[in-house]
Amino acid sequence: MSEAVAHDDHAHGPEKGLMRWVYTTNHKDIGTLYLLFSLTMFMLGGAMAMVIRAELFQPGMQLIDPHFFNQMTTMHALIMVFGAVMPAFVGLANWLIPMMIGAPDMALPRMNNWSFWILPFAFTLMVVTLFMEGGAPAAGWTMYAPLVLQTGDAFPFLIFSIHLLGISSVMGAINIIATIMNMRAPGMTLMKMPLFVWTWFITAYLLIAVMPVFAGAVTMLLTDKFFGTSFFSAAGGGDPVLYQHIFWFFGHPEVYIMILPAFGIVSAIIPTFARKPLFGYSSMVYATASIAFLSFIVWAHHMFTVGMPLAGQLFFMYATMMIAVPTGVKVFNWVSTMWKGSMTFETPMLFALAFVILFTIGGFSGLMLAITPADFQYHDTYFVVAHFHYVLVTGAVYSIIAAAYYWMPKWTGHMYNETAGKIHFWWSTISVNVLFFPQHFLGLAGMPRRIPDYSVQFADWNMVSSIGGFAFGLAQVYFCWIVYKTIKGGEKATDRVWEGATGLEFENLPSPAPYHSFTMAPEIK
Amino acid sequence: MESFESGKIERRSHKKLVAMLVAMVFFMSGFSFALVPLYEVFCEITGLNGKTADGPVAVEEKIDMNRTVKVQFIANMNSINGAWKFTPDVFEMEVHPGSLEETAFHAENTTDLNRVAQAVPSVVPGQAALYFHKTECFCFNEQSFEPQESKSMPLRFMVDPELPEKIETIALSYTFFELDRVAAQ
Repeated sequence: MSEAVAHDDHAHGPEKGLMRWVYTTNHKDIGTLYLLFSLTMFMLGGAMAMVIRAELFQPGMQLIDPHFFNQMTTMHALIMVFGAVMPAFVGLANWLIPMMIGAPDMALPRMNNWSFWILPFAFTLMVVTLFMEGGAPAAGWTMYAPLVLQTGDAFPFLIFSIHLLGISSVMGAINIIATIMNMRAPGMTLMKMPLFVWTWFITAYLLIAVMPVFAGAVTMLLTDKFFGTSFFSAAGGGDPVLYQHIFWFFGHPEVYIMILPAFGIVSAIIPTFARKPLFGYSSMVYATASIAFLSFIVWAHHMFTVGMPLAGQLFFMYATMMIAVPTGVKVFNWVSTMWKGSMTFETPMLFALAFVILFTIGGFSGLMLAITPADFQYHDTYFVVAHFHYVLVTGAVYSIIAAAYYWMPKWTGHMYNETAGKIHFWWSTISVNVLFFPQHFLGLAGMPRRIPDYSVQFADWNMVSSIGGFAFGLAQVYFCWIVYKTIKGGEKATDRVWEGATGLEFENLPSPAPYHSFTMAPEIK
Repeated sequence: MESFESGKIERRSHKKLVAMLVAMVFFMSGFSFALVPLYEVFCEITGLNGKTADGPVAVEEKIDMNRTVKVQFIANMNSINGAWKFTPDVFEMEVHPGSLEETAFHAENTTDLNRVAQAVPSVVPGQAALYFHKTECFCFNEQSFEPQESKSMPLRFMVDPELPEKIETIALSYTFFELDRVAAQ
């Protein structure tokens, strides 16, 4: 096919061949790219987690040397945070926001293409460091100065890949805000928007507020290392604790960037399978906004042990505990939505329910960590590891998997295999608890995080945890197979997909959603 | 194609909104660098991080004989490369608030190279930093050492009589940082 013909074809469907994906400005194509990229990174980061769990299977040094172990923990975190969870949410935003608000596409389609295509380059920069002299970054994903300044040749690669990731996220965020502000169909008022759109709207503002701060912090690391500045070097009048303050000023909003869209997903799925409208819609919106606001004034709870004055410790402790209030509003709203509903338990609902229960467990361990005197014991132990894996794996990742099952029939036009989905759910949910629950016990017993070897009294629970880890990893390979089969074929999905589904994407569009949707604005009831 | 009723989507300009959002990005980038001086100022005003003044402070002796405070001295090195010896002459003193006191730290360059070091002070508890005045300190300047040179470096200080009652012990720690950029020459 000549190029001219291919171009004419554009109005009716996608271009043919590989270049379609490179040149595309279509929100559905870009959403697909983001989601597949995220899945690839999830498997890569997961492979590193398997290396970590294999080394920790038994006490003593078994498979890898400590320096490589540190590289694995650092890269696992960076890849999962910036490569798996964040791009997955941006991919979902790309696919869903225009369809949910009745827009034909994202507001800035060319920038959208660019935000995605920066990512593979950023991660190439980051991942090639594994093959460098001195290895990949090994100072933890938090990159605390002065330790991170000992990184070898990988250091500038790390910094520049973070700059690129920041640019990509910020462009994505600007695009999402512009789409939501300017592209809503007539009649789609802000308080009629689906909660997924609302949570992303707030998340996008968080991204714009904190990604530049993170970029600034790593730039200071870069100039400290190569240009003789002393932002974080005490010898030159700087202060290493300053790095921790700046990092966590970014870092705490960042963890909400990874969970707010999850709240939106669960708020879409639970009403569908409970066959009742979401309970307390406006309180959900205000709760999301309060969580976003509070995220800016709690950062120092990550660093209670640096030697803070009592007044500071008390302020950050109380502010942190306050977050439990809006989060509690959300959890009770989800439960109230299900109350007296006629519920069914298809795979997306199972993952959403597991999210509500397991994320709440993660929230409770977070409250324990918020108590300053208790945190002095828990700090840097496996209790912290258990906490943030409950909120990130059974929280963020579970919501992403739920979203994939829930909207995949709309995207591909094919139903996934329900039996396979249920097997995946139970396999994942049992193994993820075997994996992470014992880590609470290890942490309370005093096992420090980020170590390749440990005292023998920790041996049993580590072995249990590793077995859970291998099983959970394998379950996600199975998930990849389910996704592949669903894309390739399967039972034809109905336009509504789910009996109780609501929203423009289910009520006004066929399955699969056409390449160009809502070129004429839909009527909003 | 599907048919959807109602009119065309009205085209609103993205330019203004995007310009505003980009301005926010630049503002927040600036803010991240502004955090550095803000942090300094905050710590200076509140004395939260145990930093004492960078230069000599003028003080007036007004001895409070009714009260004694224990002052402890600690010497640390940032790198363990065997190139330095650094110790306080005394590890502990009992002082009256308001009286000018003197002690010294001993440092030795054990190598055959010219070396330069900077001592960085820290006071615990942090709140005491505001009440710990130094009229002379080796930490105010970089200290250069000839090969194998050893020095006794004086420190004159006064504990402010206004020191809160509940503070009975003050630990003053110095960390010796080798300025390798200078020493390399």
